[in-house]
Amino acid sequence: MVLEKHDLKTASSPIGKSVPRVDAYEKVTGSAVFADDIQFGPALLYARIKRSPLPHALIKRIDVSKARQLPGVKAVVTGQDFPGYIGLYLQDRHIFCRDRVRYVGDPVAGVAAITEEIAEKALELIEVEYEPLPAVFDPEYGASPEAPLIHPDLGQYKVAPFIFPKPGTNISNHFKIRKGDVDAAWKDCAAIVERVYRIPHVQHVPLEPHIAVAKVDEKGHVTLWGSSQSPFAQRNLIAMALGKSQSDVQVIAPYVGGGFGCKAGVTMEALAVAIASKVPGHPVKLRLTREEEFHTAFVRQGVVLHIKMGCDRNGKLLAMENRFYWDGGAYTEYGVNVTRAAGYSSSGPYEIPNIKTDSYCVYTNHPVGGPMRGFGHPEIHAGIEQCIDELAHEIGMNPVEIRRINCLKENSILVTGGKMHKTGLLECIDKVAKAIDWGTKTTPREPNKRRGKGIAAMWKAPAMPPNAGSSAVVKLTEDGKVIVEVGGQEIGQGSFTVAAQIAAAALGVPFEWVRVAGPVDTKYSPYEWQTVASRITWSMGNAIIAAASDARKQILELVAQAWNENVEDLDIVDGNVISYKSEESRSLKDLVIYGLPRPDGKGWMGGPIVGRGSFMPTYITGLDPETGQGERAVVHYTTGAQAVEVEVDMDTGRVTVLRAVAAFDVGRAINPDAVKAQMEGGMIQGISTALFESLRLKDGIPQNSSFVDYRIATSTDVPLELETIIVEVPQDDGPWGARGVGEHAMVPTIPAIANAIYDAIGIRVSEPPFTSEKVYLAMQEAGLVP
Amino acid sequence: MGIHRISLTINGDFHQVDVPSNMTLLQMLREKLALTGTKNGCMAGECGACTVILNGEPVNSCMVLAAECDGSDVITIEGLAKNGRLDPLQEAIIAHSGVQCGFCTPGIIISARALLDRNPSPSLEDVKEALVGNLCRCTGYHSIFSAILEVAQSQHK
Repeated sequence: MVLEKHDLKTASSPIGKSVPRVDAYEKVTGSAVFADDIQFGPALLYARIKRSPLPHALIKRIDVSKARQLPGVKAVVTGQDFPGYIGLYLQDRHIFCRDRVRYVGDPVAGVAAITEEIAEKALELIEVEYEPLPAVFDPEYGASPEAPLIHPDLGQYKVAPFIFPKPGTNISNHFKIRKGDVDAAWKDCAAIVERVYRIPHVQHVPLEPHIAVAKVDEKGHVTLWGSSQSPFAQRNLIAMALGKSQSDVQVIAPYVGGGFGCKAGVTMEALAVAIASKVPGHPVKLRLTREEEFHTAFVRQGVVLHIKMGCDRNGKLLAMENRFYWDGGAYTEYGVNVTRAAGYSSSGPYEIPNIKTDSYCVYTNHPVGGPMRGFGHPEIHAGIEQCIDELAHEIGMNPVEIRRINCLKENSILVTGGKMHKTGLLECIDKVAKAIDWGTKTTPREPNKRRGKGIAAMWKAPAMPPNAGSSAVVKLTEDGKVIVEVGGQEIGQGSFTVAAQIAAAALGVPFEWVRVAGPVDTKYSPYEWQTVASRITWSMGNAIIAAASDARKQILELVAQAWNENVEDLDIVDGNVISYKSEESRSLKDLVIYGLPRPDGKGWMGGPIVGRGSFMPTYITGLDPETGQGERAVVHYTTGAQAVEVEVDMDTGRVTVLRAVAAFDVGRAINPDAVKAQMEGGMIQGISTALFESLRLKDGIPQNSSFVDYRIATSTDVPLELETIIVEVPQDDGPWGARGVGEHAMVPTIPAIANAIYDAIGIRVSEPPFTSEKVYLAMQEAGLVP
Repeated sequence: MGIHRISLTINGDFHQVDVPSNMTLLQMLREKLALTGTKNGCMAGECGACTVILNGEPVNSCMVLAAECDGSDVITIEGLAKNGRLDPLQEAIIAHSGVQCGFCTPGIIISARALLDRNPSPSLEDVKEALVGNLCRCTGYHSIFSAILEVAQSQHK
């Protein structure tokens, strides 16, 4: 984005300042409104969902007659009422199952009643007869020709042009990289490491469970209130599934109590709308229980990684071969793109001349895989970053050095064929190595403990369609203050604060003068694709700059006419229009609503100022489907590194992270404290997935869908020392050079810890989470402990 | 199902409420009184988002029956700021970037308030212990510890 003159002045600019969050006051006082806090009055009905107890079966019969007769029940719906398909990249699901269930938890019927208890009781009265089918619980088996087909209609589904399903199999996307000559390159390698990593399913665990409240009026117009990262995508997908106009579906999305991807796209919202369509005029509330939250919304899909990596005797990476089998679950409408994105980054943050990747998205009878913070990258880095560590040890090289040699630098050739832009990756690696005192050993607190250090690097691009767009509106009030309308969502990452900072700086008013128009409402807010992919600061930020620049242009042209001056001599500083030439000054409040009198006194000019702006990347070229090579695969890459020091208890196998350090190249930190908050929170979420988290599935049945059984990091699991380092190598098209960092913060954590455990005890536990039990058993197997 | 008329004080205000036998304190606060600052994260006493101070002690309000609260004194997140002035804990949480999505924030601030009320000089370990029942998925807790310890120190000045 080309910045105008005023943007270059920084004296009063809020860019780069850690202003307090605009939503903090509401959130600490309890007045912030989340979807479940909205009051709907006595017409409100409560919905519950009848779910499949089987992982894979045909529905032979559903009888809802008894449920319908229960006093207090207002509607019972099944898949027969809703024939449409729904899905973001691959339309492979119905709102309710019609002829087949594909995972434990698949919705088969829905009830609306006057209380939640009555709705729950009605579920027990719904009779469903199933014919069980053989099921698939392993992605490698699922990809094989012997596996039973989960989606026989795969060939008929609508699919995005960059997704490649294989009809007649369970493979819903096959992404390929064919670069150089891998087979020939192995013979030049001095060391080769070939490993298999199994990364388990994990869940996002937002503290606020999914909730949707839907109302359909007599004309069929839909209003949907929900906890949503994607109000516009929900409008679009629900309208298409129900055969409605997008203009007749209004999605209102207040603050999101944690998203991490699970509230992107559509998960349970269409269920509420479908049920509400049978009780016109009544708002219908569907709120997932914590148990449902664990396995009926999105999960982070499991994956089996086969990685082979080779380097020469100087540590230079020569070849890499990857096969990723993603456990996509019952529906992969969103998950297919995770597997594509992982393929795009399958070299890790390194330049490798010869590389072959096959990333397969495989249907299984497991919970539905979807986007989660990092979008496939924490998973693949968990393998790649251990492999490169092993290579370093094999050739006797320092793990930091092998990363320094191979990491992407400006003009490095990427795995997808294009060239790397300017990046601070090397600086990030060096800074975390220094911060963790790489190369020195510290003494454990007790004799039965051993310590080790580990490092891991990462890269990730926003994974999205090539033409995902943002828009913004900047308007002013009678007293010259500013309201910014955006469609990007505040999910805790600080997007509204950054929006206000960017608007203030681009227009030329104090930060405190800006209000962000929330909640996002698809009827009134400007369009935003989705709040995902760490793209909002960058993409929505650019739209806000465009909108503020438009407003600014209108203001300056008006004043130029009034003062008989040139626009070039005018500026807006601290809420006043000033002239560098005549040194005149006039407050915005004097002119942004009522205009100005004409110089000759005859009438008025100007009028209410409204600036509009859009942003959409226009330069993504797409990749050859056979080779995965192209000119420009993605918009940009955020890079970074983490290093940790761990202590392993030899008596129990318990791993404790003592120190953790993160450095990411964010281009430009619009709000440094907010950036550091992302780095800290992401690192703890990463530590949690590394040490504790796994959604255990036995024959497709979730075993630990509660906080007691599915442990996440608590206050007592936080390292004593956390350090976050901001690196700033500006992005050419980012607002003041900014790019995103929300997801990246948890990408390198699992391998950094795995490498540190190896440094401590000489053992690689290849499958996270690295629980006490698993580590102890591995130590036992290695003869380290009796 | 029986309906009980209970009287209690919430944030200093007297209330009389008719509650069914099986209604929790959390449901009563949110659904009967529209005090929605107290959050519902799990309905099982496992996440701490619904923490309130009941007769001086922090409790998960989803695990307490409303009917049991007759004659009780309850403090919720809405009761901490007085006359537009934030509790020092609320100010410190803002200053230390201890808020992200904000859903766990009310429960965390209430637990921290209860801690400082019973132990004005907590150690870091005391703080961690007091918050172990309050899950946060966004912040990583670190900034929240700093905020609470800072308030504890400034109280002594």
